[in-house]
Amino acid sequence: MYKLTGVTKDYPKGRATVHALRGVDLDIEDGEWLAIQGPTGHGKSTLLQILGGLDRPTSGSVVFDGRDLAMLRETQMTKMRATSVGFIFQTFNLIPTLSAQENVETALVPLGVSDRSRRARAAEALSSLGLGDRLRHLPGELSGGQQQRVAIARALVKEPKVLLADEPTGNLDEDTRGEIIGLLEKLWQEKGLSMVIVTHDSSIARRAQRLGTMKNGKLTVKQTV
Amino acid sequence: MFFTYLWRELRRRMRQAIFIAVGLALGIGLVITVTAASAGVKNAQASVLHSLYGVGTDITVTKAPAAGANGNGFGFGFQQGIGTRTRPKAGTKIDNNTLSAGGTLAAMSSSAVSNVAKMRNVAAAAGGLTLTDRTITGTVPAINFNNNGGGGFNGGGGASANGGGNPGSFRADFKVNSFTVNGVDIGNGELGPLSTGKISSGRTFASADTSSHVALVDSSYATQYKLKVGGTIAVGNSKNTATDFKIVGIVSEPAGSNQADVYIPLGVAQSLANLKNNVNTIYVTAANSQAIDSLASAISKAVPGSTVTDQNTLASEVTGSISSAASLANNLGKWLAVAVLVAAFLLASLLTMSAVSRRIREFGTLKALGWKSRRVIGQVMGESIAIGILGGAVGVGIGILGAKLVGKFAPPLTATLGTTTGTATPGGQRFFSGAGGAVNGGGPPGGFPGGGTSGNGNPFRGAFSAARDAAPTVTTHLNAPITISAVIAAVVLAILGGLIAGSFGGWRAARLRPAAALSKVA
Repeated sequence: MYKLTGVTKDYPKGRATVHALRGVDLDIEDGEWLAIQGPTGHGKSTLLQILGGLDRPTSGSVVFDGRDLAMLRETQMTKMRATSVGFIFQTFNLIPTLSAQENVETALVPLGVSDRSRRARAAEALSSLGLGDRLRHLPGELSGGQQQRVAIARALVKEPKVLLADEPTGNLDEDTRGEIIGLLEKLWQEKGLSMVIVTHDSSIARRAQRLGTMKNGKLTVKQTV
Repeated sequence: MFFTYLWRELRRRMRQAIFIAVGLALGIGLVITVTAASAGVKNAQASVLHSLYGVGTDITVTKAPAAGANGNGFGFGFQQGIGTRTRPKAGTKIDNNTLSAGGTLAAMSSSAVSNVAKMRNVAAAAGGLTLTDRTITGTVPAINFNNNGGGGFNGGGGASANGGGNPGSFRADFKVNSFTVNGVDIGNGELGPLSTGKISSGRTFASADTSSHVALVDSSYATQYKLKVGGTIAVGNSKNTATDFKIVGIVSEPAGSNQADVYIPLGVAQSLANLKNNVNTIYVTAANSQAIDSLASAISKAVPGSTVTDQNTLASEVTGSISSAASLANNLGKWLAVAVLVAAFLLASLLTMSAVSRRIREFGTLKALGWKSRRVIGQVMGESIAIGILGGAVGVGIGILGAKLVGKFAPPLTATLGTTTGTATPGGQRFFSGAGGAVNGGGPPGGFPGGGTSGNGNPFRGAFSAARDAAPTVTTHLNAPITISAVIAAVVLAILGGLIAGSFGGWRAARLRPAAALSKVA
């Protein structure tokens, strides 16, 4: 699925330069679940953004499904995100003025799906996650766990090849955390998609197949089992 | 999804949306009100000018008399050499009724009318004669000569007209009456001063009246001199005798219009004034309003030495509150409206950019989901245009209300043409009469060769000075008409305002990099 070679990412910060990633090499197989841990500010989210095509590396190559993301034009990157990548964010990032169903539909808008089909698929996605009776609720009317389920539905409704989650349980209480990660695991197993989760939670990280540790922009990966 | 998202977002920031819409509405409403007021002032000016020259007349053509041309033909009908011992016999009865042009508008051949009528962009042309009928009656008294240099004309004091020598003096006791007469081209009644008149009694001219001694009398003059339909009025001629004309109609003209006291057929007027085949005014209607300027220029060349006047020329002579209102609407009003509109656009743009800044994470998420930049920009612009349309709709309402208030509460406007034009004015110095009709003259008529024109001690001064000193002031009410083009312009401005604001916001949104947007934690 992914082959990263010598990936670096630098950010200017005033007169200094922040080296967020320093020569990361990483292979991710199809259907693999990789967890990434590490202290705050050591490049975990940056790595996730590069994997998702949200940002470009300063140097190195990021090959996804046979294509170097670093060489793609912006429109190609946008299309790649629209079709192949599902994102889940720590703060859910739902559109506050759209209902749960409409939030899920936003992931299908770039695919040119018809209105009727879009509504139907969104409703089905939410129903499969136990939110069939919350379709018309606004995010502000949902609990944290429910909002994250909506976000998961939004990420998966387009049947992506890879799911990238940045601290998906970071804003949830312990019970809900378990619920969400259990859900993600179940979906990973059912759909056979690749999954990369950035998390501080070791109990979640241990459930992955491989565990990566980011420290000072460098990544080391080991098998968990 | 587009409209759902748009509507929900506007509802979320309803207060800000209304604030922006109100700002745009005020600017647009002001533009509409000022445009309507300007149009109203223009209409008022046009109605004033139309009342002077008649509906349908776009251009008038007159001619100044040649330098040194003899005066007005008025007189007692005899010569007197002041300072000589030749004088009219005492007891001579004077009863002269003269019809003449007065020496301030030169005659033009009727062929000039035909030539103008054939010109390109001329819809119609008609000739007219503006004449004055003066009646002098009285008896020549005995004249006392003395050597002390005193004496003069009764009522005036001062030196005699010639000064020095052995001035003659006598106690003058003449009655002078005058009224204005317009010779009207019956075949082209839609042009000329009579075209604004309304028949209040009797009838207007018929085509059979072309050579008849029939007259229409102005209603004010008829009331003053107790003239009625069926009665007669004596009109003089160039030989100082009078002809009775049958009054067939009483005509009411708008106040301040260039009305005469009496209207007679043109051919008859030409004959009586010894101006056969001549006119002293040509009234012209242009084929369309855009052609007026070029036509006026062409007529100047076709009729050499003529004074060609159109509404623009007259408009520059109009004073009074109407010209102040025009200045206010066109200058202050216009720039105020522009300033408010620019401020509204700027405010809308700034607020839209601010709103986009607050939605950075939202737009970053949408981009992460695969939304193209132009879709995100389109969403922002759609919201701005929707606010602009709302502002436009409210602005049209405000503009209509503003225009109605202008029409309801604006004070009456007055328009006054210059009381006199300068002596260098082509066509001669013009004096305007408040009683009706233009009195064109280079000064009070003098009946004596070499007679003074200073007016001091002039026994006729009482007859003519009132005419000279008064000036027509027309009072008109200001309406502020709303035109479809103004409403359309308002809608366009509203959408433009939305586009401008949306462009700024969209530009801000387009520059977002998803990663940078998502890294901003609320």
